[in-house]
Amino acid sequence: MGELVLEMRGVTKTFPGVIANDNVNLELYAGEIHALLGENGAGKSTLMNCLTGIYKPDAGEIYHKGKPIVINSPKHAVDIGVGMVHQHFRLIPPLSVAENIMLTSGKCPLVLKTDEINDAIRACSKEFNLELSPEAKVWQLSVGEQQRVEIVKLLYRGAEILILDEPSAVLTPQESVEMFKTLRMMADSGKAVVFISHKMNEVMDNSDRITVLRGGKSIATVTRDKFDKDELTIMMVGHNLERKADRAKAALNEVLLEVDNLSAINDRGFRGLKHVSFKLHKGEILGIAGVAGNGQRLLAEAVTGLRPAEEGKILYKKKDVTKWSIKQRKEAGMSFVPEDRLHMGLVPSLNLMDNLILKEYYYDKYSKKGILNKAAIRKDAEECVERYNIKNAGVEYPVRLMSGGNQQKLLVAREVKSGPDLLVVAYPVRGLDIGAINAIHEIMDEERKRGAAIIMISEDLDEVFEMSDNVSVLFDGYMSEPVPVDQITRKEIGALMAGEGLGETSIAELKEDLEIREANKKKEED
Amino acid sequence: MNKVKHSFVRRDKVTALRRVLMVLLFGILALAFCSIFIASQGFNPVEVYAKMFKSAFGSWKLGWAKSIQTGVPLMMCGLAVSIAFKMNLNNIGAEGQFAMGAIAAAGVALFWNLPGFLQIPVMIIVSILAGCAWALIAALLKAFWNINETIVTLMLNYVALLYLDYLCYGPWKNTTSLGLPYSNDIPETAVLPSIFGGISSSFILAIVMAVIMYLFFKYTTTGFQVSVIKNGPASARYAGINVRRNILVVLGISGALAGLTGSLQVSGVIYHLQPNIPQGAGYTGIVIAYLSKFNPLIVVLVAIFFGGLEKGAYAVQTMGVPSQLATMIRGAILIFVLASEFFTEYRLKSSKSALKEKEA
Repeated sequence: MGELVLEMRGVTKTFPGVIANDNVNLELYAGEIHALLGENGAGKSTLMNCLTGIYKPDAGEIYHKGKPIVINSPKHAVDIGVGMVHQHFRLIPPLSVAENIMLTSGKCPLVLKTDEINDAIRACSKEFNLELSPEAKVWQLSVGEQQRVEIVKLLYRGAEILILDEPSAVLTPQESVEMFKTLRMMADSGKAVVFISHKMNEVMDNSDRITVLRGGKSIATVTRDKFDKDELTIMMVGHNLERKADRAKAALNEVLLEVDNLSAINDRGFRGLKHVSFKLHKGEILGIAGVAGNGQRLLAEAVTGLRPAEEGKILYKKKDVTKWSIKQRKEAGMSFVPEDRLHMGLVPSLNLMDNLILKEYYYDKYSKKGILNKAAIRKDAEECVERYNIKNAGVEYPVRLMSGGNQQKLLVAREVKSGPDLLVVAYPVRGLDIGAINAIHEIMDEERKRGAAIIMISEDLDEVFEMSDNVSVLFDGYMSEPVPVDQITRKEIGALMAGEGLGETSIAELKEDLEIREANKKKEED
Repeated sequence: MNKVKHSFVRRDKVTALRRVLMVLLFGILALAFCSIFIASQGFNPVEVYAKMFKSAFGSWKLGWAKSIQTGVPLMMCGLAVSIAFKMNLNNIGAEGQFAMGAIAAAGVALFWNLPGFLQIPVMIIVSILAGCAWALIAALLKAFWNINETIVTLMLNYVALLYLDYLCYGPWKNTTSLGLPYSNDIPETAVLPSIFGGISSSFILAIVMAVIMYLFFKYTTTGFQVSVIKNGPASARYAGINVRRNILVVLGISGALAGLTGSLQVSGVIYHLQPNIPQGAGYTGIVIAYLSKFNPLIVVLVAIFFGGLEKGAYAVQTMGVPSQLATMIRGAILIFVLASEFFTEYRLKSSKSALKEKEA
């Protein structure tokens, strides 16, 4: 291993209500591939954002080649040779590859010498076997190619420390293999490479050293060949939680919701939810596991009415509600806690009272003939705050001032306080601290006992196993048959999440997909 | 060895006092900035400002009353623009809606033989409908085909103003005076009464409108929907709020207010139709709306101040200073006060003090 290029000592970063990083230590050496391993919400991305100058740590020191340093801004991070490929690429689609690379290189002369630049980029990408055409427009590139642009962007401006946030998440398995080969070449040329991951296999296959984060703390830094998967898994997830006793009996109840062959189109015009069928009973929590982006959002939105069904049927309380509006479904007792709590579920700049009546402002108890009854709203808000123990500065303050946990409590409280029959919750505890997690889970449990049916979308297996009666997995838009939670193991779920055993997209379907997209495009053009 | 670097950080809390002080400070800076240009023309800025102030707010009858009178159309247009901005809609077309309202009101007064007591109410209603209809053209395009309302409302201004010109130079041209492009004067019964020694009662109407608008946003479900749509478009969709309907309602009301201004101006101040009746009030209204942060009650204050500014600028013409001074000061104040917002919300922090804070 080469020189110690970067060291983080005791780095702590808190957000309101959440300790994202708690006294974390990390050492990076030139020439190594270092994996940051941890579950969602373990603090991996926050830690790296402290290195790239996006966040400033609240405590702790960072040493660059032995000297203490305060990284002031992303620009400053670039100056000392730190570069990061974010999960969501920072590219400008209408511009060419070369233009994108130029933009951030700091070498942007008044008159562009396009040929020279293209040659330089070609040389740079060739060195590490990254095939790229500098003239191509970014929007024409595949996701894998876009990632290559991001990597070359870093190399071109001379980054010595490369950070990649879940680089394989957007790639096919073959592309991943190629990508890790490239990372190895970069490490061999003396750069320090860090990648963030929660996938055990790729960490074991591709890293030299591994730092495990859990709940914001650095648990350990280990050399890969000295530990095996099982030991690392326990470091990563802690010990298994106990399963609740009364689960998996709800199937005896009456059916509340029946989804039949439901498909939906995602924002990019592709079919992202494919032929999903399932039944949901009163008093049942159906846990839907899976890596985010496999159709979860579409399923939740199609059921609650935010997104039209492209085909299939939704039967709710024995009525066909497929064509019903959001409002109609809400009035029929459907509630929805969306994954994007701050941009969809709540309006951050409005106050707690306004957020509480967001969907019910026109109900008789809150307004008559278009005039709001402020006294009744305030009273209800204060009761709700009390009942669900929501900490706030006052019901007339904007909810953006509240902590993440209390925001989520407010959102969940709003959705359950009218006593819904069906509750759809997406990632209900993502990014929350343990106190808030317990509070949210308690509310869901109460609702279940009251007889509400709950669809719980989650990527946290602990949560899925702890809360659900039945479990199912979404992968590539397909949903597995729900099975009682006591008849399936983590390993089996893991396999389903990785796509083993779930339908693969057939050629015929791909063709159908393309046709749908063409048709949509035409519709838009008209 | 460590170079001190500066960065701006957001203040956690901004007190109302700081806001007011910052606006005043930057307002004064704007005047100082304009004084460079005044001085460069060989005038003494202090004298010019003093005379402006004295003429605008130095007495009741010739000062305040006239300033308020000048401020009323600005106030109404400021309100019209504000209500649209409350939903992030840009109504750049208050000028044109104003003109259409004026045409409609004058048309009623000149060509419809109504009983006297009905004249003013009908003029008001018709002007409201005209302004509303003019704005709804843009609103419908926006609501159903998502066509940019900024451009459409702006373009419609030219149509409305040129139509006004056409009427004044052509079919409605007066039959008495020396061929000036005016219409005949409206009948006595169509003139709004004056109050408080010289202000047209349109001032009262404008204040009432401001208060209604304030209450509208605070206490109605439509006002609530508008604030949800502005602050969280995705949340509005999620809550099942009908965005289309609200676009029509909000732009319709906005146009109605601007149209009403036309009637107030014809029957309260000018008493006939003439080209360019709005005199840029629709555009000044945009400036006022921004300065007031779309708060209708503050719109009233800023509009009176701007009215005084215009009045003052006319007064200093006798010293030889061009009256365009008002436009310049208005622009400077807008820029300076908008800039002040940055300093209200942020404070300067150096990396040295950041290190110190850490050690502490």
